[in-house]
Amino acid sequence: MIGPLAHRKALVVYLTVGYPSLQRTVELASLLSTWGSDIIELGIPFSDPLADGTTIQKADEEALKSRVTPSACLEVAQAIRQRTSLPLLFMTYYNPIFSFGLPKFCQECEGRKVNGIIVPDLPPEEGEELEELTSRYGLSLVYLLAPTSSEERMELIARKSQGFIYLISLTGVTGARDSLPTYLEDFVLKVRKKTPKPLYMGFGISSPSQARRVAQVADGIIVGSRILELVEDEQRLKDFILSLREALDSL
Amino acid sequence: MKLPDSKGYFGPYGGRFVPETLVSALEELNRAYSKAKADPQFWEEFDCLGRDFAGRPTPLYFASNLSRKFGGVKVVLKREDLVHTGAHKINNCLGQALLVKRMGKKRVVAETGAGQHGVASAAVCALMGLECVVYMGEEDMARQRMNVFRMELLGAKVRKVTSGSRTLKDAISEAIRDWVTNVGNTHYLLGSVVGPHPYPMMIRDFQSIIGKETRDQVLEKYGRLPDVIIACVGGGSNAIGIFYPFLDDPVELIGVEAAGRGMESGEHAASLSGGRVGVLHGTKSYLLQDSEGQVKGTHSIAPGLDYPGVGPEHSYLKKIGRTKYVAVDDEGALEGFKLLSETEGIIPALEPSHAIYYASKLARDLSQDKLVVVNLSGRGDKDLDIVVQRMGKG
Repeated sequence: MIGPLAHRKALVVYLTVGYPSLQRTVELASLLSTWGSDIIELGIPFSDPLADGTTIQKADEEALKSRVTPSACLEVAQAIRQRTSLPLLFMTYYNPIFSFGLPKFCQECEGRKVNGIIVPDLPPEEGEELEELTSRYGLSLVYLLAPTSSEERMELIARKSQGFIYLISLTGVTGARDSLPTYLEDFVLKVRKKTPKPLYMGFGISSPSQARRVAQVADGIIVGSRILELVEDEQRLKDFILSLREALDSL
Repeated sequence: MKLPDSKGYFGPYGGRFVPETLVSALEELNRAYSKAKADPQFWEEFDCLGRDFAGRPTPLYFASNLSRKFGGVKVVLKREDLVHTGAHKINNCLGQALLVKRMGKKRVVAETGAGQHGVASAAVCALMGLECVVYMGEEDMARQRMNVFRMELLGAKVRKVTSGSRTLKDAISEAIRDWVTNVGNTHYLLGSVVGPHPYPMMIRDFQSIIGKETRDQVLEKYGRLPDVIIACVGGGSNAIGIFYPFLDDPVELIGVEAAGRGMESGEHAASLSGGRVGVLHGTKSYLLQDSEGQVKGTHSIAPGLDYPGVGPEHSYLKKIGRTKYVAVDDEGALEGFKLLSETEGIIPALEPSHAIYYASKLARDLSQDKLVVVNLSGRGDKDLDIVVQRMGKG
């Protein structure tokens, strides 16, 4: 399970497992923890990532070329766990874990001290089976909320999401954006009225100023595509993470 | 019980596995469709456009030469190839476009494999003054060039899809990504009975005009129900369209999938015959996937069948044993294509050529008094390049 961060705004960082290599994912995850990340999201590559923009699509495609399987991702999680105590979350489309076997997957997550799962193509209406399993194995099942979600859905998801609620900043797929929509603050405040759970926002966030703007209303930010664009350049990646940390801590 | 249930399930198949951003749009669509479904005026408009714009009802044609050749069994063809734009796809497009008008959306995105659904989408959007964007795989654009030109003539923008396998599967993924981005003003005009609820139900209802007409025509002409109905299955919209009104009748229903280069080769598109249950594009159904749950590349000579998934209602009909599913390979389809062209003077699309071929095999085992209906879901003009190349006459 994932608990709230009492002392600071959360920096959640996403990596596609196996991009550019399994070994590098393990190294990067432990570096990220020393640079000030609070939660690591590990993406299990999928052939048809329909909520993702081109950056994550390409990373998934590359990872699949080197045959990164859900089993390999579990092993990577275990290796990362030996190097850091940060909460680890899997981000996975439904089919790879459905094919792996949901009970077996949840059990293995528990065994490797993974803290939770995010499934971008699983709305709560379809989540009954996975909810039962994640609670049996002590995992947080994080649901997503979108700016298009109705009031009733905000209540439903606020009730069901565990650990935190993943707020999607915009209508669209993942990917670095130059600007974020004007309705973002209103969206966060609307959800805030419904729940005391932490609200972390992702999609499109790619600069310290965007991080600052989002964290003024939300409890944390989630960054993915921009990270993948920088994985080959460790110094720039480090500078970027530190700049996000600074932006969040300046609030 | 009437299927699907309120969550869009046909037994264990179906549902709505989509990003949260799309849930409200699907709920809106479901509400709009439920309201329209109960409104006689909606169906009047649908029938009127079907008749005057698309040319319905399509004939039920007794293929006497083919029947003689098969040894006397009666083979009749449901002539969806004669409908406007050349395939059954127009039925669904008219229905959805009428709904788009009711929902007040101005922009439509669609995917296309063979180009038939793209052309039908472009045509109804031109008719109703809607902006139309069609996603099409790079490979399909190359092998169905004339349809690209047709769509553009009809005012649609055709966007090339270069991700993944560059065919229908990836075109659907890109259309969904566009929809997620522009969901406020855009409707996704999905072309087959796949995808999240309510698409499989709604598209089945629009396509079941094929089966309703067939039923009336067979009863009127022959005073009895047919013994067998055969249709090709990719996503499965023409098949469910002709099967649905016969589900409660003592009629054998056979769906013919694409075995591509042969089932053993692994290069095929026969999800029901060679796949296992999975989730793709918002629905739980039979799926061609590897041992790790990654969706497999597919192959069929017929671009319209070249899809790794299949409609959830077909998975259900397979499970309860109501429908039989078989597979015919590329060579068989080409043989069916030639057979119908030569014996009846009708050039079929490569998709229903799979069904024609299967009918030719089945007919030999049937007694002379049997009545077989084949759904001729589209015409073959679009496939001439492929066939010419395959026959080495280019």
